[in-house]
Amino acid sequence: MEWAKSPYGEDVPIHVAWFLIWVSAIAGLLFLIGHAIYVKYFAKPEVYADTAPPDVVARVPARVPRHSLAARLFHWIMAAAMFTLLATAFLPKVGVQFAWVTYHWIAGIVLTLSVIYHVIHATFWLDPWSIWPNKDDVEDAKKRLKQARGEATDPPRKFAKYPLENKMYHGIIVLTGLAVILTGVFMMFRVRTGIFPRNPYLFGDMTWGWMYVLHGLAGVGLIALVMAHVYFALRPEKFDITKSMVFGTMSRKHYLENHDPLRWPPDAESSKSSKAVA
Amino acid sequence: MAVIRDIMPAFELFQPATIEDTLGLLDRYSDAWVMAGGLDSFDWIKDRIKKPKVVVELSQVAELRGIRPWNGGLEIGATTTLTEVVRHPVVKEKYNILSVGAEAAASPQIRNQGTLGGNVSQDARCWYYRSGWKCYRAGGNVCFADTPTAINREHAILGADRCVAVNPSDTAPALIALEAQMVIRSKRSGERVVDAENYFIGPGTDITRMTVLKPGELLTAIRIPATWGGAHFYFEKIRDRAVWDFPLVNIASAAVFTGDRIDRMRLAVNGVAAHPVRLKKVEDAVAGKSRNEATADMAGKIAIEGAEPLQHNGYKVPLLRNLVKRAVRGDLEATWA
Repeated sequence: MEWAKSPYGEDVPIHVAWFLIWVSAIAGLLFLIGHAIYVKYFAKPEVYADTAPPDVVARVPARVPRHSLAARLFHWIMAAAMFTLLATAFLPKVGVQFAWVTYHWIAGIVLTLSVIYHVIHATFWLDPWSIWPNKDDVEDAKKRLKQARGEATDPPRKFAKYPLENKMYHGIIVLTGLAVILTGVFMMFRVRTGIFPRNPYLFGDMTWGWMYVLHGLAGVGLIALVMAHVYFALRPEKFDITKSMVFGTMSRKHYLENHDPLRWPPDAESSKSSKAVA
Repeated sequence: MAVIRDIMPAFELFQPATIEDTLGLLDRYSDAWVMAGGLDSFDWIKDRIKKPKVVVELSQVAELRGIRPWNGGLEIGATTTLTEVVRHPVVKEKYNILSVGAEAAASPQIRNQGTLGGNVSQDARCWYYRSGWKCYRAGGNVCFADTPTAINREHAILGADRCVAVNPSDTAPALIALEAQMVIRSKRSGERVVDAENYFIGPGTDITRMTVLKPGELLTAIRIPATWGGAHFYFEKIRDRAVWDFPLVNIASAAVFTGDRIDRMRLAVNGVAAHPVRLKKVEDAVAGKSRNEATADMAGKIAIEGAEPLQHNGYKVPLLRNLVKRAVRGDLEATWA
């Protein structure tokens, strides 16, 4: 963290130390390398309990709907905004100089609006609880952990719509995303945007300082988080999920190998879409 | 806050004799402070606002001094003093606007010591920044000058991006009007030549720097092409004290006329933004027009488009408009000659 003296002689934080950009990027990279090595050389095959009755399995279509068009549009708009935000925030700090502030706050507004849209859409048109960890996830996670360590255990159930890792990642993104969005909206009062009247006196120096620190910490944290997200999106065993974020559906094979039709019925998404249309 | 002391703080001083040695030092000490005439540097260092561990002083580098013919124009060494620029016969005869601009800078004593390279590369004069407050330009997260109660009479009306400090150089607009080129060298990337108008950068690009110079780089020379040699020039500087002062606003133009018709004109102003501003829209608008009140009026209006005055510098808007009008009309050619 970097500190400065305020005009009143008070020591106030001003922002995070920028070497944390490299700390985050290197941590992200080490995680990717570590995970890739673990999966290739050490991971034991995961065995899941087969709980779905044959008649349910027989009804699974060749392509299982996973993400509606609205959800996919949100994801990619948010991704574009996030990449723009990361590039405009950190490239100038590592020596690529350009007038970044306007692009940054415009991308911030796009991110904010897309997240507001997502919250409303997920709350009223999707199953909002499907992305939050529940008791079943924790029980299955214990079994998976035992399995990974080679201990005897009942096989865990297959996943509902989202694996626990997905849910945890979503939770972390919610926290960091809300941190950058809330602080970012207030920080727009410090620059000329034409949207808010500029008001540097909205908060005291100390509050502003912590706001910049929180924005910076969440921002550098997002470097590693986005790296991890892209890495998993490109991993061969997850690629079906990635493609479903483009085309909306996943293959029957991937669905049956990883998801429990009783926990996430194959027609769940299409019935939600029809509900939305209705 | 600034702590003004009579003695210099300790630092390691290097006085290289060649450009190669200088570049070697700048490569070795990436955070070295480059000092030419010292007029900007001494303030910073004696006030303990900037605390360089290494200072590379350029007065012994003969290659950096002098004015020589170049490609039909002139090449001026970066440490050539402002007085030498003012008095040089070819500068006076063919590029008078530069001579006039250099003479408008500061006092005779300062011009004897101050260099052309230093004048164009000097830092902002915002007193919040120079007093050591951790503002945006100093790496902080606030502009103390851009608040409703700030003392910001001398600050920017154009191109403010968090920081509202202005560039204080008098020679910069003249060099932009003359289409000068800045020769920059470094040990790692050799030589690069940058147009004068691109040499200066605003806070949107890098809020902590005034020019494109990066650590390890040295401005070695300024080249004046023959393009505008002998053209009609206009320079005017408005300042609080006629004896010596930084500009509130200054303007420099070079123009070629056929009778009353403006064939082409280059116009640059300083003191209104964090970097000297070339008024390209004005240049395009007046090209081919008659040199008269209507054209001048139109030019003045275009010049102030997008101006956003702060609490106390609204006067700069009509000042800029009127200076542009005067430059287009050519009220007083080479005012300061």
